[in-house]
Amino acid sequence: MSRFLDDFPTIAAYRAGLDQGQFSVTQATDALLSDIQTHRALNAFVDTDAKRSLAQATEAQAQLATEQSHSLTGVPLAHKDIFVTEGWRTTAGSRMLANYVSPFDATVVAALNKAGTVSLGKVSCDEFAMGSGNEHALTGPVLNPWDHDVVPGGSSGGSAAAVAARLVLGATGTDTGGSVRQPAALCGICGIKPTYGVASRFGMIAYASSLDQAGVMATNADDLALLLDAISGYDSRDATSVQTCHGAANAPGRILGEYNALGQQYAGDKPLAGLRIGIPKEYFGDGLNTDVARVIEAALTQFEALGATRVEISLPNTAYAIPAYYVIAPAEASSNLARFDGVRYGHRTNQYNDLQDMTERSRAEGFGDEVRKRIMIGTYVLSHGYYDAYYLQAQRVRRLIAQGFQTAFADQCDVIMGPVSPTVAPAIGSVSNDATAEWLGDIYTLSVNLAGLPGLSIPCGFAPGHKGQDLPVGLQLIGNYFDEGRLLAVAKQFQQVTDWHERRPGVAA
Amino acid sequence: MALTESDVTRIARLARLHLQENETASLQTELNEVMHLIEQLQSINTDGIEPLAHPLSAIADVGLRLRDDEALPTNDEQRRDQLMQNAPARDAGVFLVPRVIE
Repeated sequence: MSRFLDDFPTIAAYRAGLDQGQFSVTQATDALLSDIQTHRALNAFVDTDAKRSLAQATEAQAQLATEQSHSLTGVPLAHKDIFVTEGWRTTAGSRMLANYVSPFDATVVAALNKAGTVSLGKVSCDEFAMGSGNEHALTGPVLNPWDHDVVPGGSSGGSAAAVAARLVLGATGTDTGGSVRQPAALCGICGIKPTYGVASRFGMIAYASSLDQAGVMATNADDLALLLDAISGYDSRDATSVQTCHGAANAPGRILGEYNALGQQYAGDKPLAGLRIGIPKEYFGDGLNTDVARVIEAALTQFEALGATRVEISLPNTAYAIPAYYVIAPAEASSNLARFDGVRYGHRTNQYNDLQDMTERSRAEGFGDEVRKRIMIGTYVLSHGYYDAYYLQAQRVRRLIAQGFQTAFADQCDVIMGPVSPTVAPAIGSVSNDATAEWLGDIYTLSVNLAGLPGLSIPCGFAPGHKGQDLPVGLQLIGNYFDEGRLLAVAKQFQQVTDWHERRPGVAA
Repeated sequence: MALTESDVTRIARLARLHLQENETASLQTELNEVMHLIEQLQSINTDGIEPLAHPLSAIADVGLRLRDDEALPTNDEQRRDQLMQNAPARDAGVFLVPRVIE
């Protein structure tokens, strides 16, 4: 079945169609809302509102003719249901917030609205962004458009599935431990998480504040650059938002400027000559599926053909990223989620004896198992007598992990590459009952959040899934602080000589 | 060091999570699986390493910003009601909770 975006697969193609009068924003929005209905089996969208989307479309159409017109005006997007949005429900995938409607927009959403994008709705995520398969969501699992039996990844699984199914041109996501990069990889699309502090966390429902960062997903480097540039910028309402990035103001224009400048520079048949790619040996160990390893290896060879050189590096504390993350993230989650007390907003139980009982029962009913588990771990590692042994030790290990990257970037390499995930998308419901099994798949993404570095995932091939079916593999590109523009420019060179990013799932209706 | 059943009860109390009696044992197993993973951290020598709380402090001195202490206009009643629209129980601009003082 044909989809509207089959004919206009990129922002550039879509805008060309608009500018040439092939369709109006309203016509596109109508067609896409109908595509979303056709593909509702994916379970990617948790809230659509045709009236709101069409109102935005009308505004965007008017904006196109004015000086306020932006490269993103009229572009159809979906927002992860963890960004608060005025007028739309925001549930964070949780029963706790099942009926929550925010009185304001998240800064990231407001920036995209201002640019004239059209929101086609809110997309599913793991509860409070805790999960790697979008299986811990209030509205049930999201299906991977490549194969409905496998997960789309998580926690931004709805975002990835919507982009992969070509129901929107881009989507917002959040990445605390890989939640943009991993679903992008598992769904065969692109996703980037910028340096910590580049995008505002204001209005992004908090999971682990020192790790959470907004990101974007789309089908190619050009589109990611446009979207990321638009959501970047200093925000006084986020205490950890950065004002400058190596001396340049943290504002729209910085990332796109660098991206375009490098695009000019990277010319000839060896455009990446001089670029040193660090290959961490720890990212190619025993846990990596051999088929995935083969696909990653082929992509690296392609980068060599573009002129880049490979350097073996070591990130010695990679394995400890998992325990360090699962101390720090739950600790911060236990603190952040303390706000849900059944008083000011969120679920309140019907039956209780007193105030404390009301809080305890409201929280027990409102939170799912994974969230409850992480809150309890966090509470324990922060409790008197254990704080030093667990929390401070994890933060010391965090510094060692960050230092490992800095050693590599200081004189060995310019960018780091490796797999995003050790396997392709697993079958829905296949992760074992062990409380930590699902977490081990995050090994290549967690360190990037612990260090606060930018990370990008791009599709680079296919490997067999549990039934032998072809499923997408993602290549991870890790940059030094504030190197978003370079990561994207390097990815673009790869996309100019390959077509993995153009591969589309033939989604059954 | 494994968590006991009474540890689990104490943690749930601290976290303000009501537990059903039949949940404690399975939670104990789950939490101990997690603690087993976390215990790996104890084997790393971190002598002389400062804890890293803010990721960018890996490369620069990061201090939390303070804003100017200035009076902002008070929300009017309409905005107040809008801000309170998600409250499970409210009345005339106040959040209602069960009686705490007899």
